[in-house]
Amino acid sequence: MELTILFYVFAALTIIPAFVVVFSRSLIYAAFSLLFTFLGVAGLYVLLSADFIAVAQIMVYIGGIMILLVFGVMLTKQATDVEISTGIMKTLPALIVVGFALGTLIMVLTGASWTQIGTIPQIEGTALELGELLMTTFVLPFEVAGILLLVAVMGAALIARKPKEVQS
Amino acid sequence: MESLLQSLLGDNLLTVVLYCALPLVFILLYALLAILGEVKISAWMQDRLGPMRTGPWGIIQPIADVFKLLQKEDITPAKADKVLFNLAPFLSFMSAYAAFAVIPFSSQYVGADLNLGLFYLLAISSLNVAAIIMAGWASHNKYSLYGSMRAVAQIVSYEVPAAMVLVIIVMFVGSLNLQDIITAQSGPIWNWMVFGGPKQDVVLASGEVLSASWANLIFLPFFMASFVMYYIAGLAETNRTPFDIPEAESELVSGYHTEYSGMKFAMFFMSEYANMFLVSAVVAVLFFGGWNSPFGVYLGDAFGAPWLVAVEQFGWLAIKGLFFVFVMIWVRWTLPRLRVDQLMYMSWKVLIPFSFGIALVVGFLVVIL
Repeated sequence: MELTILFYVFAALTIIPAFVVVFSRSLIYAAFSLLFTFLGVAGLYVLLSADFIAVAQIMVYIGGIMILLVFGVMLTKQATDVEISTGIMKTLPALIVVGFALGTLIMVLTGASWTQIGTIPQIEGTALELGELLMTTFVLPFEVAGILLLVAVMGAALIARKPKEVQS
Repeated sequence: MESLLQSLLGDNLLTVVLYCALPLVFILLYALLAILGEVKISAWMQDRLGPMRTGPWGIIQPIADVFKLLQKEDITPAKADKVLFNLAPFLSFMSAYAAFAVIPFSSQYVGADLNLGLFYLLAISSLNVAAIIMAGWASHNKYSLYGSMRAVAQIVSYEVPAAMVLVIIVMFVGSLNLQDIITAQSGPIWNWMVFGGPKQDVVLASGEVLSASWANLIFLPFFMASFVMYYIAGLAETNRTPFDIPEAESELVSGYHTEYSGMKFAMFFMSEYANMFLVSAVVAVLFFGGWNSPFGVYLGDAFGAPWLVAVEQFGWLAIKGLFFVFVMIWVRWTLPRLRVDQLMYMSWKVLIPFSFGIALVVGFLVVIL
């Protein structure tokens, strides 16, 4: 009972800011609304007993991606006083893409065989199992992802660095 | 604690709300004490008297301050973004308070006994960053904006060494649960992490046995260094001197909360003080035994009163936490402010390499021993 109410609270917390993201003309509002959407999704993960993913969601999306987004938006408008156009444009291509995505989603939704488990099994500590799997069965993908991120960080640092002035 | 509340009030929503609100009561009382501590300690360190007029030796000064803040006009600047401007202080306090959910105040009271306690603590504190940017942007004031950008750059940089130190402790204990980390340090003072961790086998709550012996003394220098690094990173994350660059009075008025007045300013103030205690409590939990008594025995056990043990444990955690808050105040009135480049040097070229090095060595030692 309480869990059902909580589900609807978190669902509302996810969907209402998501509408703001889509319909708001202000980029900064859209970026900050994402914060609440991410929080709501984290709450839904907790209700699904996926505690590790829930915390990782907060860590990665709110602590990382959202901050980066807001920084980007802030530097464009507030710091340089350049208005970013957020009007409606290119209606036809957008409609085609959105229609295609919606069609695919509906196809998957209706095609999937939904089965309901009576109660969600209580899982004690997903972190331990996840850690063991990452260090044994999936150690190669894990390490490859690590190297990929390292390369990305080094690339970003290289691009951001001022080129050394050549002494003539 | 939860069962006590349930037996008093029954199993209903009120019980849950009261259970969740207990840390809030603590934070409010602690904030009064910390405000008084800040003015009085700074006065002693500078050979002044400090506030003397309200009550004997000015001890009810914080209450007067609170009433002053309550009475102040609530101003929203005309050019500020109304919604975000009003939302930011609440988000800031929310993030500080949400982190208290996993702080074990005694063996009987912890808001949520999460297995992912430390990971949750790291994640939820990043919400504060969002609140600071929100405040800085919405104020429509260049000092606020610069202050918030500095704050975010600082917090994001110092999260890395702080997280590495947490990894060191997690590797040693083998659990992210804060109660487990405290249980691992039970017994007399030499079992605390800062003195190299437990010296005899410990049974954790999950039933797993953490094997340990006096050979753990080899960890002492590494854990001592980790403690110092975590405390430095904590000072930076709470924007306290010598890392108060985001609020540098002489440059930025008061940083991201320049435009705030009255109760909204008080919310930022509260969240800063709550974060100070949070960092201090985490230091106490990770390195100084949490709610463990330094003597390894409790008065409550001698009298056969289990409730007294819980109260004593809470007392020990509060004393340790408040001591580290005192050290923060002490540092604030002793050291000058760092420059921005010194700040970045400190994090990226000193703390991060050293924390990675210690993590590597401790990892090897944990496997070998």
